[in-house]
Amino acid sequence: MPQQVKRLAVVFVVLIGALIGARHYLVPKTFGLLGHYRAAAVEANASKPMMYAGHEACAVCHPDIVKIHDDARHRTVACEVCHGAQAAHVDSPADHIPPAPRERAFCPLCHAYDPARPTGFPQIDPITHNPGHPCITCHNPHAPVPPHTPQECSACHGEIARTKTLSKHAILPCTTCHEVQELHKNNPLASTPTKPQTREFCGQCHSQDAKAPSEIVRVDMSTHGQRYVCWQCHYPHSPEVQ
Amino acid sequence: MTTETKPPQAPANAEEQVSRERREFLKQCATAAPLLLGTIAAGESVAGAAQEQGYKPEEHYYGMGIDVKKCIGCGRCADACKTENNVPREPLYFRTWVERYTITTDGETVVTSPDGGIEGFPPSVSEKGILRTFFVPKLCNHCANPPCVQVCPVGATFITKDGVVLVDKDYCIGCRYCVQACPYGARFLNPVTRTAEKCTFCYHRVVQGKVPACVEVCPTGARVFGDVTARTSPLARFVRFNEIQVLKPQLNTGPKAYYANLDGEVR
Repeated sequence: MPQQVKRLAVVFVVLIGALIGARHYLVPKTFGLLGHYRAAAVEANASKPMMYAGHEACAVCHPDIVKIHDDARHRTVACEVCHGAQAAHVDSPADHIPPAPRERAFCPLCHAYDPARPTGFPQIDPITHNPGHPCITCHNPHAPVPPHTPQECSACHGEIARTKTLSKHAILPCTTCHEVQELHKNNPLASTPTKPQTREFCGQCHSQDAKAPSEIVRVDMSTHGQRYVCWQCHYPHSPEVQ
Repeated sequence: MTTETKPPQAPANAEEQVSRERREFLKQCATAAPLLLGTIAAGESVAGAAQEQGYKPEEHYYGMGIDVKKCIGCGRCADACKTENNVPREPLYFRTWVERYTITTDGETVVTSPDGGIEGFPPSVSEKGILRTFFVPKLCNHCANPPCVQVCPVGATFITKDGVVLVDKDYCIGCRYCVQACPYGARFLNPVTRTAEKCTFCYHRVVQGKVPACVEVCPTGARVFGDVTARTSPLARFVRFNEIQVLKPQLNTGPKAYYANLDGEVR
């Protein structure tokens, strides 16, 4: 074998040895066991401490409150939504007393009026709704109900009420167009209010021969959108013709 | 004769001696084996709480369902996430957050997320001009084909067998490639540890059979967590009874955050 090959071979052996040595020291121990990452990192992620105990943990010691809570409208609201992360309280109940938010700012996080919230979600205007009183003076947070039957439609349908206030239909009371059963006020979904079912209903004010003030927009009922009931195209709470 | 008989005896003796040595060795092995196995077992038990409870990652494949219509924008999810995962409280760092989309009557889309929604949202800018408006919770989509994992130069981010994209914070070099690569803006660099951070589906809770903190505190059930592949799981039911969309499907990332009632304007 030529000498230069032997010398090169030595260099290669040394380099490969150095590479193996370097890999042994530099590549983390569990790297590549499960994939192109340290298997130990999965355990590191899995072994962090929990902060939220979960609502199941509360029922063990507070069955009475959980019973009230689970039958009421806040049943989908877990205890720790209001009382904060309480894994520490579960571990040593006496050392960590859960807070109960009593300030007025807390409840509006969910219940302040925002048009982006789903229709029908109970919302109030924190500025006009009994200013200065903490929510818990009237509402039991574990079983919240309105303290009395709402008198105005706007108590629940604030979004529509606001829209209507700014529209040409502002002076019309809701009952002009909707028939509302008394049951609807206490059990909204058991009885839903009616909507006008005929074109002639709107025609009482808007047809050519209606006995109404002349400023009111008139249409020719015989040619204007025959196939539809008016509200299928127009939004009566804020009519487009302003 | 004696000289003749001795040689055969000697090998017999030697054989006996060898076999005795072997027996001794086996005996020692037998006594040592429990010790050895014990140390191996101890080593495994140190490996973590997850394995102690018999959690098998290969039996799960996690995803999250989000019903946009149910979200009330209270921001409790973003708040709980910061508490559970010790995320810095500054309004720049979020593992999950809530966006409010407002589409005005002239077709403009305005997206706001002040402090991730934790402190609530200010009243909408022009109430008269709103065509439609809604909240959209966002988080890491735990992609089946994640760009962030592809770009990591050191293998510090990866998908587990149960389909969760995690970060190895001891091995991350803080180069921010993954932050750039994520099309959903779900990653950030933790200012304290200087390593990349993201939603882990609360992996430490999930391996113990609990739901992620955001799902735990969501007051309207807008978030649903569970197995994607299981025949029965809250998520399986969710994707069965809702029309599902994912974010940015054209990127072929295979997101596992499934949105119901998602508006076309959501990006």
